[in-house]
Amino acid sequence: MTVRIRLQRLFPQLLLTGVLLSLILILSLSSEYFLSWENFRNILDQSSVYILLAVGMTFVIASGGIDLSVGNVAAFSGVVMAVAMKADIGVFSAILLGYLAAFLFGLVNGLVVSYIKVNPFITTLASMSIARGLALILTGGVSIYGFSASFKFWGTGSIGPLNPPILFSFILVILGIFLMSYTLWGKYSLALGGNGEALRRTGVNVNYYRTSIYCFSALCAATAGLIMTARLNSAAPLAGATYEMDAIAAVILGGASMKGGRASILGTFIARLTLGVLRNGLTMMTVPTYYQQLFTGMIILVAVVVSELRSREE
Amino acid sequence: MSHVSVQPFLQVRGIEKRYGNIEALKAIDLDAYTGEVLAIVGDNGAGKSTIIKILSGAVTPDRGEIIIAGHKYSKLKPKTALAAGISTVYQDLALVDSLDIANNIFLGREHRKYFFCLDDKRMQQEALSLLEQLGIQIPFLHSAVGYLSGGQRQGVAVARAIHQGGRLLIFDEPTAAMGLKETVAVLKLIRGLAEEGFGVIVISHNMEQVFNISDRICVMRQGEVVACVKTREVNPQDVVAMITGAIDLDDTSNFRSKN
Repeated sequence: MTVRIRLQRLFPQLLLTGVLLSLILILSLSSEYFLSWENFRNILDQSSVYILLAVGMTFVIASGGIDLSVGNVAAFSGVVMAVAMKADIGVFSAILLGYLAAFLFGLVNGLVVSYIKVNPFITTLASMSIARGLALILTGGVSIYGFSASFKFWGTGSIGPLNPPILFSFILVILGIFLMSYTLWGKYSLALGGNGEALRRTGVNVNYYRTSIYCFSALCAATAGLIMTARLNSAAPLAGATYEMDAIAAVILGGASMKGGRASILGTFIARLTLGVLRNGLTMMTVPTYYQQLFTGMIILVAVVVSELRSREE
Repeated sequence: MSHVSVQPFLQVRGIEKRYGNIEALKAIDLDAYTGEVLAIVGDNGAGKSTIIKILSGAVTPDRGEIIIAGHKYSKLKPKTALAAGISTVYQDLALVDSLDIANNIFLGREHRKYFFCLDDKRMQQEALSLLEQLGIQIPFLHSAVGYLSGGQRQGVAVARAIHQGGRLLIFDEPTAAMGLKETVAVLKLIRGLAEEGFGVIVISHNMEQVFNISDRICVMRQGEVVACVKTREVNPQDVVAMITGAIDLDDTSNFRSKN
């Protein structure tokens, strides 16, 4: 009984792991370049920004919300860091300022969604446009480039066999698993999406928790912004546009319910790795990127349909 | 009942509530004692749900006061209502289907360790003993509440109400969506709570049930409490007549006549 229910609950993650492993097997057999540490590190590196956004998104979706602003908030916080560094306030202060800028976006998103009860889709769609507008205004529409080595380190440096982007994404995944499974904050994120009214009736300040979730998502976006900017040695105002779609896809593929109440950080992580491996494999098999877009879209559609059918069954 | 408290645990005095032009409650008075089951009956729109929402802190009254165990409140928030000892088992049970039993019982009052971590082990253990104490059969403690039967879900909601420290438990249509066997089990549970010294208020449409479990009945009509009677001194026909307004009884202590 116990084992059966546990397995049932882990079904999407197990299925996903199966898909990932068979994908790796197929690609290893069909390309001699696929199965190497360099390539695997490459996949992790390319996935890192998306993983960072997806961890924040997992909490937002768990709480029954959505955050469409993350991609543009990431770009905006990168732009703020760049502008601040060009004003010579020091790398550390500049990074801090970028985080602060993103945090304010999260705060506004959260306050509007929780206290004024505006649909999160509309709220974050608006703040997405505001972040994009501000990034374009601050930069005048052109990229800011050329930063000090101590800043570039966060994107291109190496720490042992890994690099800061990969490490950041791993740390955030572990932190996310810990928060989701072992803390009050994670439990309330799930409860908010499962039955927010029930949580409110027990006397919990649901607005506070809901707001903090959007702030967390924005801080994840700031980390993504830091990595994007440092890696390219340039802050482009439109760098992170549409990244939110990738993050949402990973969360849903990872077994979360679009309605909230059910979500898994580990699932999100495996899902994003699977997408990374798939893209890498398609590139190796010289499938044009247009087709890759098509495949990714189709996979997401299937995942959303499966997720919907599953929650209907419950 | 011999163990019914002498002083009322809950006294509602002159509570009024308007929604726009609609007078949902017109100066309601109501007493509830520990150790007894009080049934509140009335037609749809009589004001039963509104009074429950006010007592649980979900709705703020326009006027009047609520006295709980001697303390006066002009309004209650969900937190203060719980702290004062009033717990409500809602009609929808207010459970989070995707979370497990212990998480639901401890929702909003989780045991913690290291400040922000959940003490899951302790909650699982306490949940188990609480359910055993209430005689609620649960096949598997870790199952998500969404997978349980109606009666088991009701049991989890009751366990939570008791864990919240409720001395007075309010049940809103406790058996509305239940089969016969489960209904019997839930009624037995409610009756048992009163025997153990909890105060119980039950909102119900089902006359047979009301007569089966209650010690007193308060009848509401169009936002007023028109009568409070001892269950054994009336018969279902009388009560139905009071609900519809066919007769007014004036031999009851709480009877109020407006104008």
